[in-house]
Amino acid sequence: MKGIFRIALKLLVNDKSKFTALLVGITFAVFLMVMMMSMFTGILAKSCAPVYNIGARIWVMDPAVNNTISSIPMPDYVLSTSRSIEGVRYAVPLYYGGAQVKLKDGTFQSVTVIGLDDATLFGRPELIEGKIEDIFAENAFLVVKDAEYAKLEKPTVGTEFEINDNRGVIVGLARVASSGLFGVPTLYTTFKRAVTYIPSARFTTSYVLIEPKSDTDIPRIQREIRKIGYDALTSEQFVRKISDFYTYKTGMGMNIMLMTAISFIVGLSISGQTFYTFILENLDKFGAMKAIGAKGRELISMILFQSFFTSLVGYGLGVGAASTFMTIAKLRLPEYAAQTTFTILGFALLMVVVIAGISSYIGVRKVLQIQPFDIFRG
Amino acid sequence: MGEALIRASNMAKWFGEGEARTMAVRDASFEVQHGEMLYIVGPSGSGKTTLLSMVSGILKPNGGKVTVEGRDLWAMGDDELADLRLKRIGFVFQDYHLFPRLTTLENVAIPLILKKVEWNEAMRRSMEYLEVVGLKDRANLQPVKLSGGEQQRVAIARAIVGKPDILIFDEPTASLDGDTGRKIVEFVKTRILDENRCIIIVTHDSRIYEYADTILKMEDGKITGVEKNHLHEK
Repeated sequence: MKGIFRIALKLLVNDKSKFTALLVGITFAVFLMVMMMSMFTGILAKSCAPVYNIGARIWVMDPAVNNTISSIPMPDYVLSTSRSIEGVRYAVPLYYGGAQVKLKDGTFQSVTVIGLDDATLFGRPELIEGKIEDIFAENAFLVVKDAEYAKLEKPTVGTEFEINDNRGVIVGLARVASSGLFGVPTLYTTFKRAVTYIPSARFTTSYVLIEPKSDTDIPRIQREIRKIGYDALTSEQFVRKISDFYTYKTGMGMNIMLMTAISFIVGLSISGQTFYTFILENLDKFGAMKAIGAKGRELISMILFQSFFTSLVGYGLGVGAASTFMTIAKLRLPEYAAQTTFTILGFALLMVVVIAGISSYIGVRKVLQIQPFDIFRG
Repeated sequence: MGEALIRASNMAKWFGEGEARTMAVRDASFEVQHGEMLYIVGPSGSGKTTLLSMVSGILKPNGGKVTVEGRDLWAMGDDELADLRLKRIGFVFQDYHLFPRLTTLENVAIPLILKKVEWNEAMRRSMEYLEVVGLKDRANLQPVKLSGGEQQRVAIARAIVGKPDILIFDEPTASLDGDTGRKIVEFVKTRILDENRCIIIVTHDSRIYEYADTILKMEDGKITGVEKNHLHEK
C-alpha cells in the first residue's frame, strides 16, 4: 500500500469513535436497503411461483388477469382455437383455483388446487414420493411438500382428507421450485377432478398452456389469440406482468422504494455528518501537510481513500448482516420471502458509492479551501 | 560570503481592496545566508508571519521577489512550489500540528511519506531523527501523551527528517515555559543548524534573542532595523 494511503487509513481507524459511527451508519443503511429490496424480490418471486413451477412457454388468459391467483375462467373455444393456430405444438388447459380442506380436528385450511390436463399432465411437479400415474386413481391428489405442507398436518401417501365435501386421497408428495406467496399449501390433481370437486363458474379453464413449435411462431400465436379477445403471454411476459402488478398497483413497490430511499438518506446523513466532523477535526493537520509540501491531489486521494474504504467495509458488513438475518429468518420461518440477487447487491453498492462520493466531496471541498497560511495565522 | 540561500527584495503584501485594504508588509528586503540563524521579531500584527509565509512559498506576495539560491520562488507553478517546500523547507508550526491519531514516529515520517519513500525505510529514517531529538523511547506514543517540549521536538524532527536546507520556526517558544523554550532553541542552534542550512525564526520572545545571528525588527509591516550578533560571526 502506498504510504500516503497507509497514513490515511491510520488517521481513520485510529479515531475509533468516528470510524465506528461511520461504519454503523453505512452498515445500517446497506442492511436496510438490502433487506427491503430482497424482501420485495422474494415476494415477487413467490408471486410468480406457479409460472416457474408449471413451466409453460405461453400462457393464454383473460387480459384482465394480472396475477396467477386471480385467473378468470375462459370458455372452451379458447382451447380449441389455440390448438388450431399454426405453430402450436400442443395446447392444454390448466385449472388454477382455491378450495377448503377440512382437517382432522374439524378446522379448515385453504389450499391452492392446480388441475393438470388429463391427457398429458403437462406442468406436473417432480414427485418425491408416490407414482405419477396414481393421480388418475379415484379422489387422487398430490401434495407439494414445501414450507406450507405442515399446515395440512403433514399428510403422507394414503392420507385421506375432505375437500369441498368430497373425499380426497394423497397419492404422492411433490417438490416444486418455489412455493407461493400467500402461504397456503398446494394440491395437484387432474383437470377434470379439479373442476368436478371445486365449485366453478360457467367456464372452467383458468389458463391455456401452449407449447410453440419454435420461438418464431410465438408472435403469430400471440396475434391469433389477441384476435379472439385474450392474451397469450410468454412466461417472461407473464412474470413481468405479475411483477408490475405488485410493484405499481398494490403500493408495495412504492413503499419499498420509499424505505430504500429513507435507508439511503439515513446512511448518507450519518456518514456525511461524521465524515465532515472527522475532516473538520483534522483540517489544520491537512493544512500543515499542504504547507509541508503535500499536493492538493494527494490530499484528495487520501480523503477519497478514507471515504471509500469506510463505505466498502460498511457495505460488506451490511450485506453480511442482511445475509445472516435472512438465513436465520429462513431457518425459523421457511416461508420467509426474501431473495438477494446480484442486481440488489449491485444497486446497494452503487448507493454506497454515492454516499462515499458525497461524503468525500464535502471533505475535499473543506481541505482544498484551507490555506497553509491559515495554519501560520493560527 | 557566497550567494545568499534566500534573498527577498521589496516584498509587499496587502489584504482586502479599496478602503478596506490593509498593508501587512511593505518594501521588505533581506537575505539569509547558509549557516545563519535569522530572527524576525516585532509586536503582534507587525507582519512577521506574513513575511515568513511569503519567504517560505506559502503566501503569494503582491509585490517583490523571493529567490532561493537564485530561483524565483513565485515564478514556480503550484506543484513545483509544493515540491520545493517538501524538499528544501522544513516547518515547525507554533501549535506543532501533529496528527493526534498517529504515533510520534509516523508523525515524523510524514515528509518522507510525501516524498514517496518506502514505508519501512521512512520509519527507519524517522527513528534516527527521533534519536537526534532525544525521543527514541517515545516513538510509539501518540503526541497527546507527550509534554509540550517533547511535542516541539517531534515537530522539529518532522521538519528536519527530509534534510531541508531551510528551516522555518513560527513562534517556537510561545507554548513553552521559559526554560524549555531556551533549551529547545539552544538545541536547534547547536544540533540542527549547520553550514548548509539556514533557520528563520519568527518570535517576540526576547529571552531567546541571544541565539540569533541576525535579528530583523519589524513594525507596521516594515523592517525597521537589522541587528547582527557579532559574537556569532564565524
